[in-house]
Amino acid sequence: MDAQDSFDLTTGRGLMACPRCDALHVEEELDPGETATCIRCGGVLAKPRGGAFTQLIALSFTTVVLMMGAIFFPFLEISRMGFGNATSLFGVGMAFADGVLLPLVLAVMMMIVGLPVLRAFLLVYTLTPLAQGRAPYRHAARAFRWSELLRPWSMAEIFVIGTAVALVKVAGLATVHLGPAFWAFCALILVNLASRGFMCQTTIWDAIEDAGLHTDGREMVQGRVS
Amino acid sequence: MTPDSAPILTAHRAGLLGCRSCGRVWPEGQETCDRCGADLVPPDRRGLQKVWAWWAAGLIMYVPANLFPMMRTQTFAGLQGSSEATILEGVVELMHYGNYDIAIIVFVASVIVPMAKFLAIAWLARVAGRPATVEQAHTRLKIYEVVEFIGRWSMIDVFVVAILSALVQLGFVASIHPGPAAVSFALSVAFTMLSAQSFDPRLIWRGLPLRSRTGTEGQD
Repeated sequence: MDAQDSFDLTTGRGLMACPRCDALHVEEELDPGETATCIRCGGVLAKPRGGAFTQLIALSFTTVVLMMGAIFFPFLEISRMGFGNATSLFGVGMAFADGVLLPLVLAVMMMIVGLPVLRAFLLVYTLTPLAQGRAPYRHAARAFRWSELLRPWSMAEIFVIGTAVALVKVAGLATVHLGPAFWAFCALILVNLASRGFMCQTTIWDAIEDAGLHTDGREMVQGRVS
Repeated sequence: MTPDSAPILTAHRAGLLGCRSCGRVWPEGQETCDRCGADLVPPDRRGLQKVWAWWAAGLIMYVPANLFPMMRTQTFAGLQGSSEATILEGVVELMHYGNYDIAIIVFVASVIVPMAKFLAIAWLARVAGRPATVEQAHTRLKIYEVVEFIGRWSMIDVFVVAILSALVQLGFVASIHPGPAAVSFALSVAFTMLSAQSFDPRLIWRGLPLRSRTGTEGQD
């Protein structure tokens, strides 16, 4: 902040605006473990964590592996009076596969399986070269922006709570057996939480920018400030 | 200098434009962010049209979601009767079986939360950019964050219907089928989420006085 030319009020170089309240901040390099909050609304602006990129890549792979398990293993099974029925995750999606409800099949499958997997791939695509200190792949910025845009629509954790509610409703009607896919989904929640702890959008954006995309020489300024 | 006593320089007041996606600051007039590729939008009330449009769509979809049955339960091939339950009837049924805690969860998730969301977004969009004190702005931002966080959790109902319809297919004994309300409820939740996402929280802070009343002289 002391360097006079570390920011430029006419071009916006070296500045950051809080996305929640528009307050202007001078960008500074943070050490891993530090957290920058907005001076006005108190929202977190950046919280770089040591080794975060590697952790995020690992957690993304975990998500994909767990999701594969969740798709192919049985999800839930019920039985009553000799009648039994088992369902997989696809069965849940296909529950809407008749008449006017058909579009819901696609929507539900996207929300619980498609988007979590897609986001994991986008994140790996963005972060792998950055973690190795190389220039990002083409369209890395777009990949990461889409990954962030899709965040609210990937609803695996909500689906698990929905399962819990459904189980209580069914409990009086029949005996329920939980399959491996159910536990895979529970594990996904934990992976999600861990991933959220390591995620710092500002750091990733800076890394993408400084590693060679759309650069405007600001990385040298940052080097001087830190 | 506490944040509450002195005015704070915003990107807008400095003649700059902040990117809502990555936080990078650009000169006013630039259309897209060169770093992340997102569209740059100035924080003004014009953006509220989008909020209102999605809000209305969500509200319209919420009506059939409550009038039509969420699912149809058939026991003993319809001999013991088949019942169609709307959202509210489902809650009543749960209470009838003594599952009060689950009944409350479902009631809150699919009745209280959507209603509160509609009211909160409408109120936020009404007062956005109007004069306010710093405390009011903080309250509004908190409400916005809650609405944004909680919006997606309403999708629970749709998932419950999907799981039950897939699971409870016991032929003669019992079977559950989804009803038309499931699709309108899902759409209503999605539209409300889009409405909340279109709201620009920076507008909340636009109505703050430029100088505080205690006579602090203006900043840089």
